[in-house]
Amino acid sequence: MSDRRNISVTINGETFEREVETRLHLADFIRHECLLTGTHVGCEHGVCGACTILLNGQTARSCLMLAVQADGQEIKTVEGIAPNKEELHPLQQAFQDNHGLQCGFCTPGMLTTLLEFLEDNPDPTEREVREAISGNLCRCTGYQGIVAAALDAAKRLQAGS
Amino acid sequence: MGAKMFGARVPRLEDPRLLTGYGSYTDDFHLLDMLEAAFVRSPHSHAKINGIDVTAAVAHKGVVAVYTASDLPEDLRYTTVPFQVPNPAISQPFQQRLLEDREVCFSGEPIALIVADTRYNAEDAAMLVEVDYEILPGASDCKSSLDDAAPLCHADAPNNEGAKYTVGYGDLDAAFANAHLTHREEYWIHRGGGFAIENRAVVAKYEELDDVLTIWSATQSPFLVKQNIVDMLGWESDKVRVIAPDVGGGFGPKTVYYVEEALIPVIAKDLGRPVKWVEDRRENFLATNMERDQYWDMEIAVDVDGKLLGVRGSMIHDTGAYMPWGIISPYISATTFPGPYILPAYQLETRVALTNKVAVTPVRGAGRPQAVFAMERLMDRVADKLNLDRAEIRRRNLIPTEDMPYALGLIFRDGKPMTYDSGDYPKCQAEAMRLGDYDGFKIRQKAARAKGHHIGIGIANYVEGTGLGPFEGATVRIQPSGRICIYTGGGDSGQGHWTTLAQVCADKFGVGIEHIDVQKGDTGKIASGVGTFASRIAVNAGSSVHLASTEVREKAIKVAAHMLEAAEEDMDIENGRVGVKGSDLSVPLSEIARAVQGMPGFSLPGGVEPGLEATHYFSPSQSSYCNGTAVVEVEVDPETGQVEILKYSMAHDSGTLINPFVVDGQVQGAVAQGVGNSLLEWMVYDDNANPVSATFAEYLLPSAPEAPNVDVVHVESPTPINPLGVKGAGEGGTIPAAAAIIAAIEDALSPWDVEISCAPVTPSMIAEKVWAKACD
Repeated sequence: MSDRRNISVTINGETFEREVETRLHLADFIRHECLLTGTHVGCEHGVCGACTILLNGQTARSCLMLAVQADGQEIKTVEGIAPNKEELHPLQQAFQDNHGLQCGFCTPGMLTTLLEFLEDNPDPTEREVREAISGNLCRCTGYQGIVAAALDAAKRLQAGS
Repeated sequence: MGAKMFGARVPRLEDPRLLTGYGSYTDDFHLLDMLEAAFVRSPHSHAKINGIDVTAAVAHKGVVAVYTASDLPEDLRYTTVPFQVPNPAISQPFQQRLLEDREVCFSGEPIALIVADTRYNAEDAAMLVEVDYEILPGASDCKSSLDDAAPLCHADAPNNEGAKYTVGYGDLDAAFANAHLTHREEYWIHRGGGFAIENRAVVAKYEELDDVLTIWSATQSPFLVKQNIVDMLGWESDKVRVIAPDVGGGFGPKTVYYVEEALIPVIAKDLGRPVKWVEDRRENFLATNMERDQYWDMEIAVDVDGKLLGVRGSMIHDTGAYMPWGIISPYISATTFPGPYILPAYQLETRVALTNKVAVTPVRGAGRPQAVFAMERLMDRVADKLNLDRAEIRRRNLIPTEDMPYALGLIFRDGKPMTYDSGDYPKCQAEAMRLGDYDGFKIRQKAARAKGHHIGIGIANYVEGTGLGPFEGATVRIQPSGRICIYTGGGDSGQGHWTTLAQVCADKFGVGIEHIDVQKGDTGKIASGVGTFASRIAVNAGSSVHLASTEVREKAIKVAAHMLEAAEEDMDIENGRVGVKGSDLSVPLSEIARAVQGMPGFSLPGGVEPGLEATHYFSPSQSSYCNGTAVVEVEVDPETGQVEILKYSMAHDSGTLINPFVVDGQVQGAVAQGVGNSLLEWMVYDDNANPVSATFAEYLLPSAPEAPNVDVVHVESPTPINPLGVKGAGEGGTIPAAAAIIAAIEDALSPWDVEISCAPVTPSMIAEKVWAKACD
């Protein structure tokens, strides 16, 4: 029995058709087959959250999914957040303005997690933001800049909508 | 003239790339024909190897090569990693071999290396390597490993003592003879790691055409990697290029040179194809260096007013199975102990214990959190016994500003007598107390207790030697486009060097930082460099950028004066144009840069040398000493032992600030790491030194709900040691955290008279201590 399958996955609006091993996890597929290396792998056991992507609009840990499970699905990664090459999304801009990142390695997972969260909860409290990112580890910032960025982004997004 | 950039709170230039997914970390490299590597690592903390059978692995799908020690080039078979920092106090400087085939001394030690078409196939094959282990007992706890009956860490060693030394000064006999009060106590600070979210990673590519080896490594110190490769492999220095691309966090462990950084290049050259190895998190727990485990046994003597007379004692430091950085961490511990206090007499004997664990090398704070914990806890005990306020006893002992520079009487790790260069310790403590409303706390505590809430406050001071030599350098070059490019050797693992080094340069040319590029961490771009560790880049690279920028500015003025037929002293630079003051005459930097490229057949303007660039290497005469005070307020649930940090205030003096925004971030992140060391991070080993906590589900890092908001106030005492007046800022937040947090927990539990003399302290430990006291 072949352990390979043909899959078709739409990432940031672009369709990727590949033949993959069934055991290939989704983060490796996105990074090494589709060469979208913005999604990062930090622990491969679902704790650090660096590999978080949006699967059909909902956050998922791409290290805990197989690529074949994403067949026919739509994914958004960090590369798909900004509206265009010149402009940052308000959430990304808030990260820069509030020193919400240092090394940048956990940042893609933080952004995807917060995108979903701010859609569900457009006017969160600080405590709610901290709970929302409690599954994303950052070793650089102590989270203070990230939390400030999320609260700032909520204001910007509300003002913009 | 644009806004002044040096000292401005400006957002970072690095961020847009990193926020849009276009950073390039080592695992992001996909080279043509690249192979991937996986290691076979010892599952035992200590074992003799009687045989290795790789037959099945070699035959596995996709496998290109399998290496054990005997497959390595003959001259590398028994070679060990170069010993980085020798010291006569070290009696057993064990260093790791590239691959081990006789005796493994920690769980995770590499035995074989599989190279295959994919990482998946390489890992499959690694499982097929049969190693015949004869399991030996392991030395686990560093204190008991120094007992005569302890299992030996290295089977052929006489004992487990790797080093022994004593530091001190003053008349301790007199101090204790004259003491009004003495107190003796033992402290234990437990092992923890750096745990950058990006694991280690190496890609190596050998180009036969020009015989050049290029290595990309997730390292803090590309020049140290290169130096070690050159020393170890005997390759010509100009045939090796090491690049630290974007690095996803460092925190110390990525400073050190590892066997994987030697093996991957060797194998890439051997196979003639690029090879990538990316550490997974389990390997990171097993094989990336850690720090911290120390036992202190200290006795303090004070007079009737609580003034320090002397401290004496001993310390045992766990160094793991190997000593790649010798005694750097414990030596820093020993010399950090006196801190900001006038301590007339001090003596500490240190014994460094070999244990069957991964090696110990500096982790953010580098031996200082342990020393500060011991000193600050002693201060608390003496204050309590004298019925003095814990802040007041500190205030009475602080070195006054007028005594700066202050010679301590010890030799620091840089070989220089320890002389605190500058600092206002009383002001720092006062500022932290103001920020944390220390004086109002008793009222808050009384009110909280009336409602059944147990809140407490803790305070801790520290002094930290930063900005260590030998040097760092910078080339500042104005390109024909007019853009300015800075090249420097240390890598960036989140510190924001592009932004801060651009801020040092920008004002010299009257431009915004967006006109400046910084290329860092590439041994092909500047002749010499060291690395990003020991809170040293702002001091060393920053000063180099300042010196090189000043020289380029002078040259630009000289050439422009020649071009405009004006006197040099009449010239000024504004908005990237050099012009004659009070006139419209000016020439842009781009034109000057082109002019000094020359024209075929003509002399250079003003007789200058070609190129609008300069290189400087700044070497500090000694460390610059940063300091700070943490004031922490916590609430503790005495039944569950749960701790919540209510308010974290930090006064921080790292000299002149280049960018307060960036320094705030460094302090906040460093505090979070200190919170982990105080409450969460516990690397568990069994009695034979086999790791038990090797995932993030077992070893807990602080997450957002546990990490406090940190209020930071900056006290700026410029150092005279460098032209910018800056000191290091990357580690200060971590250093007093455990001392202050645990003091606050103790204070919250004062109705039960609970004493805590270790870190971290977990909820169950706290609850047990309360229960034990409640049952008394």
